[in-house]
Amino acid sequence: MIATPKFESFPGNIYLKSGAVLQGYDLVYETYGELNSDCSNAVLVCHALNASHHVAGIYEEDEKNIGWWDNLVGPGKPLDTNRFFVIGVNNLGGCHGSTGPSSINPLTGKQWGGSFPFVTVEDWVEVQSRLADRLGIKQFAAVMGGSLGGMQALQWTIDKPEKVKNAIVVAAAPKLSAQNIAFNEVARQAITSDPEFFDGNFYEHGVVPRRGLKIARMIGHITYLSDDAMNKKFGRDLREDILKFSLDIEFQIESYLRYQGDKFADSFDANTYLRITKALDYFDPAASTGGDLAKALAKSQSDYLVVSFTSDWRFSPQRSREIVKALVDNQLNVSYAEIEAPHGHDAFLMDDAVYHNLIRTYFDRIWEGLQ
Amino acid sequence: MKATAMNRRDYQIISGLIDQGARVLDLGCGDGALLSHLQDVRKVSGYGIELDDTKVRASVKNGINVVQADLERGLSGFNDSSFDYVILSLTLQTVHHTEKIVREMLRVGKQVIVTFPNFGFWKHRIQIFTGRVPVSKSLPYEWYNTPNIHVLTIKDFEMFCDTHNMNVIDRIVLNEAGNPIRALPNFLGMLAIYRFDKK
Repeated sequence: MIATPKFESFPGNIYLKSGAVLQGYDLVYETYGELNSDCSNAVLVCHALNASHHVAGIYEEDEKNIGWWDNLVGPGKPLDTNRFFVIGVNNLGGCHGSTGPSSINPLTGKQWGGSFPFVTVEDWVEVQSRLADRLGIKQFAAVMGGSLGGMQALQWTIDKPEKVKNAIVVAAAPKLSAQNIAFNEVARQAITSDPEFFDGNFYEHGVVPRRGLKIARMIGHITYLSDDAMNKKFGRDLREDILKFSLDIEFQIESYLRYQGDKFADSFDANTYLRITKALDYFDPAASTGGDLAKALAKSQSDYLVVSFTSDWRFSPQRSREIVKALVDNQLNVSYAEIEAPHGHDAFLMDDAVYHNLIRTYFDRIWEGLQ
Repeated sequence: MKATAMNRRDYQIISGLIDQGARVLDLGCGDGALLSHLQDVRKVSGYGIELDDTKVRASVKNGINVVQADLERGLSGFNDSSFDYVILSLTLQTVHHTEKIVREMLRVGKQVIVTFPNFGFWKHRIQIFTGRVPVSKSLPYEWYNTPNIHVLTIKDFEMFCDTHNMNVIDRIVLNEAGNPIRALPNFLGMLAIYRFDKK
């Protein structure tokens, strides 16, 4: 499946939750499949920390650039693009083509850099909703996402209850724990303490805070995997057969983490990373209802599928059960599955038969409901 | 399946015990057939609880709400009296923490419906008398592969009710043909269906 990025410009003001105002913004997005005549088969896929609008398929000129959820989304796949019209959007503040910190601030004629406002999950829902309006979609058959993407799906059902028929919330949490925020803060400190960060204005110095980004990615990556998965893949394997008693790469896991860090530092914007980790930290839909998530969800009209993975310690099954409890308290339709998977948080991106068959079955049910 | 349903006769009887539009929690819901049936004929709403992956998926396919969880760990995801009925269909004899589960059912449900195969059924007695562990339509397993670890008779269950604060509202006992019987229930009954609440 060949994917083609599309652009939409939104010239009006958008008032962000932080109080900042953006005078217009651009979004890059991709769509797969055909929107049916009554616009009822649209599915929005929300991306997590380091992904983009490129959910599925490949690019004509870059066949190796496979969409981040290509194992789940496509013709004949669990989210079948022969049936559904699937949309992936690069979120506001991103670094893959939507307006973000590396875009030009129209007021100064220079790149935003460190002055780009902080964005929240609520802001993203608003922005995605405006795109849906533009595309003529009044109600999504489903809004779906994993991790931070799942949080967006949940927020959608709170902010735009009439626009979401089903929400599929995978490997998410109703809010971050102190430990979650702590990991994000270490990642941010790695970036902001890099001498090449320049308060976020590194563009004008022609540099990138690579070291910071690399360390941020390394710490993040550790939290996405389980201890077991890492041990199975790397154990204490050495790159060479003997200990060198030096600071060179000795263990395979060191080599792997450095490689992941380098790859990420070459492709991701530091200011975007800082803002997305902050959006994660700020996410707490129950904050406006005195900490009562059930109250926050009281106006929801959606049906839900909530999925967690047993070895995910970043957003553990317990966190998904909190979401399920709040939905049950509201007598909403919800199914919940706890998938036995060894891969940790990253399991939501893996091609696991039990998990994918469940998603397929749920989408079959959505499809039957549309007929 | 832990024990065989009698041509779904038990489903008809359970739906007869349930009010229209009730809130129902079905523990060990399997493929969701009972809850799906109750949604059709009684317009109930609610959830099934199931541990097995394949059955969870089958429940989703059957159009019911299913929550994957181990009922042995209790029902902490559900508030007190948040359901009109909590159902435990053909599962009581398979659970380890029987007292805890019954306590949890009485907490979460205003009423509880339990069905179980009667170990006191005369054909079971004959098999024991001939020196074998019973294998029958309602207990279709061999001793070495049975999930039915806490088999019980109707008499056992009624003694349990007396000592566990349970007030029996209805008792329906079916014979092998699936017909309700009144005489000698613990001898002629193959399946028992109870509706009870807290004393």
